[in-house]
Amino acid sequence: MAKAPQPLAEIREHYGPHLNYTPAEGWARESKGSPETLVKTHCCFCGQQCGIQLRVRENRVVGFEPWEDFPFNRGMLCPKGVKRYLQSNHPDRLLDPMLRTDNGFVKATWDDALSFTGCRLREIQERYGKDAVAVDGGASLTTEKAYLLGKFARVGLGTRHIDYNGRLCMVSAGVAYKLAFDVDRSPIPWSEIPKAQVLLVVGANVGECAPITTSYIWQCRDNGGKLIVADPRMTPISRNADLFLPVRPGTDLALLNGLIHVVVRDNLQDDRFIAEHTTGFEAVKASVERYDPRTVAEMTGVPPEAIEKAAHLFAKADRAIAMHARGLEHHSKGVENCSALINLTLATGHMGREGCGCTMITGQGNGQGGREHGQKCDQLPGQRSLLDPKAREHVARVWGISPDELPQAGYSAQEIMNAIHAGEIKALFSICFNPAVSLPNGDFTREALEKLEFFCVTDFFLSETARYADVVLAGSLQEEEEGVTCSAEGRVIHIRNAVGPPGNARRDSDIICDLARRLDKGKYFPYREPREIFEELREASRGGHADYYGITYEKIDEQKGVFWPCPTLDHPGTPNLMEGGVSFFPDGKCRFQLAEWRESGDPVDTDFPVYLTTGRVVSQYLSGTQTRRIGGLVDIYPEPRVEIHPRMAEQYGIQDKDPVTVTTRRSEITLNASIVRTIRPDTVFIPYHWADEKSANRLTHRTIDPRSKIPEFKVSACRIRKADGAGGAQ
Amino acid sequence: MYGYEFYVDPSRCIGCQSCVKACEECDTHRGQSMINFDFIDRSETIGTAAYVCWHCDEPTCAQVCPADAIKKGEDGVVMSALKPRCIACSNCVLACPFGIPKIVPEYEQMMKCDMCYDRTSVGKRPMCATVCPSQALSYVRPEEIANRREKPTNVFNFGEQKITTQVYMMTPPGTEAVVADITEFMWEKVNA
Repeated sequence: MAKAPQPLAEIREHYGPHLNYTPAEGWARESKGSPETLVKTHCCFCGQQCGIQLRVRENRVVGFEPWEDFPFNRGMLCPKGVKRYLQSNHPDRLLDPMLRTDNGFVKATWDDALSFTGCRLREIQERYGKDAVAVDGGASLTTEKAYLLGKFARVGLGTRHIDYNGRLCMVSAGVAYKLAFDVDRSPIPWSEIPKAQVLLVVGANVGECAPITTSYIWQCRDNGGKLIVADPRMTPISRNADLFLPVRPGTDLALLNGLIHVVVRDNLQDDRFIAEHTTGFEAVKASVERYDPRTVAEMTGVPPEAIEKAAHLFAKADRAIAMHARGLEHHSKGVENCSALINLTLATGHMGREGCGCTMITGQGNGQGGREHGQKCDQLPGQRSLLDPKAREHVARVWGISPDELPQAGYSAQEIMNAIHAGEIKALFSICFNPAVSLPNGDFTREALEKLEFFCVTDFFLSETARYADVVLAGSLQEEEEGVTCSAEGRVIHIRNAVGPPGNARRDSDIICDLARRLDKGKYFPYREPREIFEELREASRGGHADYYGITYEKIDEQKGVFWPCPTLDHPGTPNLMEGGVSFFPDGKCRFQLAEWRESGDPVDTDFPVYLTTGRVVSQYLSGTQTRRIGGLVDIYPEPRVEIHPRMAEQYGIQDKDPVTVTTRRSEITLNASIVRTIRPDTVFIPYHWADEKSANRLTHRTIDPRSKIPEFKVSACRIRKADGAGGAQ
Repeated sequence: MYGYEFYVDPSRCIGCQSCVKACEECDTHRGQSMINFDFIDRSETIGTAAYVCWHCDEPTCAQVCPADAIKKGEDGVVMSALKPRCIACSNCVLACPFGIPKIVPEYEQMMKCDMCYDRTSVGKRPMCATVCPSQALSYVRPEEIANRREKPTNVFNFGEQKITTQVYMMTPPGTEAVVADITEFMWEKVNA
C-alpha cells in the first residue's frame, strides 16, 4: 500500500520547499570567467507563455534577460517570469530516481526504478485488467510530452484512463467552444483586444493570473475603450473598470442571461448576424425571458441599472470582446456559464470581425497545447474525438496499430481519483500533476492516494503528491527538453533546450520511452529526440481541427510562433480562427446553446451561510510545486490569507490578521484574516497554492460539471469563526 | 538611451511587483530592489503604485547631502550615494519630497534607482520598465506615450518647492503640474 513514508517534518527537511534566493553562482556573475549564452525560450509558468531569454553558463541557468522582440509580451514579464530561473539549480531538485522503503525514500538506479515500475504495472494489469492502471498528466508538459503520454497510456499500457490537470483549468470553456464553434481555441489573437470599444471581463483576475494581458486591456482603454468587469472581488484590473459588476459566486450565468434578456428586450441584437451565421437563437431568446434585471439582481447581487448599462454598452458597441477565465469555468455548470457568454457575443454579432469576439484566457503553461493532442480522457491528437471511428483509424495508422487496439474513452482527472478511492483503479502513473494540492476535497484525495497498490510519480521536485509514491522518477524542467507549447492565443511556440537535466535526472520523454520498452512496447516509442516526436505529432494531427502538419520548429522561430490550424508547410497559420463569423462546423454556423441557471453542488444554508471562493495570487503558480520554492516569490505573499469584508469581520468579531477557522462540509483550516473592502460581504476568498494545513482545497467539494468534468472550485458553502486558542494560524 | 523617456503611471499598476523583483536581479545591487512600491491601503483598495527615482533637475537629496556624496550625471541621472563619501546620515531620506532614497543598513549607504545606468548606457531599457506587465512603468519614445489616455507632466509643486524632473508622471489630460499642497490653489497664492 502506498502511504506517506515519512513524518511530514522529515519530508520537508529533505525535500522542501526550501527557498532559493540567489543565482547558481551568486550575484557577481560578470567576474566569472566562462562565457554566458542567451537562450530565447518561454516562461514555464502560465498560459501567456511570455518570451524570455535565459542566461546560461556551464549547463546552468544563472539568470534572465527580457526578450523584447517576441511580439506577445515584448519583454514584459510578471514576477514569476522574472524569478523562474531560480527553479534551476535548486537545492530541492530531485537528482536520482527513488524507491520508497520503510525508512523513507532511497536513491535507486534508473534500471532498478524502471524495471520495478514496469513489473508492478504489468502485475496489476494482469491481475485486475488493463484499466486498473491510470495515467495522470499535466498541462505544463510540452506538447510533445503530452502527446507522448497519451500514446503511452493507450499503446504502452492499453488503459482507457488517462487525463491531466488541465481538467482543473479551462475545460468548461473547451466544451462550450466545441458546442458553439466545433473547435476549442480562442477565436482571436490578443492583438484584437486593443481594437475593441468595449471589453467585458467575467470571472478573470487578469492582473494576477494573466498579468501581461493587462497591457492589452490598458491599450484598449488608451484607444477610448470601456472596461466592464464582473467578479465577486475587486481584482487589480477593476481599478480602471468603467463598470464593475459585483456578481455573487455561482451566479454568473444568471448575470449573462440577464444581459441577453436586456439585449433582446431592447431589440439590440444583431439580427443579420444571427440569421446568417447562427442557429438556435429563438430557443435562447425564449429561455432568457425570465431573467429580467430585477430577478437577476436578486440572484446575483448586481444592481438592475448596472445590468442594463452593461448590456447596452456591450450590445451598442460596434466592436466588443467578452473575456473569461476560471471564475466562469470552475463551476458544476461551467459549460453553461461559458455558453451564456458565447450566446451574448453571438446575439450582439460581435464575432468574426476586427476587435470582436469572445475568448477564454487559458491559464496553464501549455493549457492549450496540452489539451489538443490526446492527453485528455476522450481525445486523440489534433483535437480529434476518441469516439470518432475515422479519427481512430487515422491515429491508429500513424501509431502502427489496429483501431480496435485503441482503448475507448476513460475517466477524467477527478473521476480517476474517485475510482482509486473506490478501489476500481489500483495503480497510477503520474507526471506533472499534484492532486494532493490541486484536486478538491484534499482529505479525500489523500485517502485515495493511500489506497493505491502502486504509485509512480515523475517530477523534478518531491511534490506533496509524490510523498505517497512507491517510485519517484527524477524528471526534467521545461528548459531541459526541447519542444513546443501553445499559448492562450493559440500560438504554437518553441521551447528551447537551454540546459540538460542535472545529476541523474532524465528528460521526461526519455523516461516514458524507456518505461514503454520495459512494457515490451518499445517499437512504438523509438524516439531519440523530441523533434522526432513532433514529426509524428504533425502527422497524427494532420486533418484534425488542431492541425499542426504545416508547423516546424524552424517555422516557429522564423515567424515567432505559428497559430494553428496550419495544414500545409506553406500555410502561414491562422491567428483569427473564425474570420467572417464562420465556425468549424460543416455548415459554418455558430450554435447558440441553452443555458439555464441552477444551484451549485454545495449550496449555502443556515449551517454554512458564507460563500467560499478560491483562486490565485500573482506570485504563485498552481499547486506551488515550483513557486513555493522561490524566495523572491514567497516573500511577496508568504502564506494564504482569508479575505473577508469588514462588514462580515465585524459580525464575527474578527480583526485584520486574526486567525480564522473556515469550515465546510468536508473539513476545516485556519488561516489569518485579511480584512478588505474589495470582496463581497457574503463571500470569503482563499488562494489555493498551499499544501497540508494551509490547503484551500481541503475545503472545496468534488461536484463536477457533467460535461466538462471540471470541479466547482469557485463556489463552496462555508462558515467562519475566530480561531480558538493557540491552534490558530502559524 | 537617446530619444527615450521614463514615464510612471500609477493608475496602470496592478501590484504584481514584477518591477521590484526584476530590480533585485541587477548585478550591481544584487538582491536589493531600488523600486519604491506601495499598497496604498490594502484594506480599503486594490490600488497600488510603483515608482522609480524621479531624477530631479535640481535634486533635493544632493542639495542636503553634507558629504557631497550624491552626484547627477550629465545625462540628468541622479546616482546612489558614493560609497566612499556616504555617511548614512539619512538627510536625503528625510529631504526627498518623493520619499525615494533609502539607507541600506548592511552597506551603510544610501541606495536608490539610478535608471539602470548599466543597461541604459549600453542601449538597453531599464529593467523595471521593460518587464512591467501593465506598463505602469514605461521607457519609450514621447510619440508612443502620446497615444495614452493619460498625459505626461514633469512639474511637481510641493507647496513652496517646485520641482522638475527627468521622469514623467502620467496624469489626466490637461494637468500642467502635479500639485501636492492646497496652498497652490488658494487665493493668496494665486494672487501672490
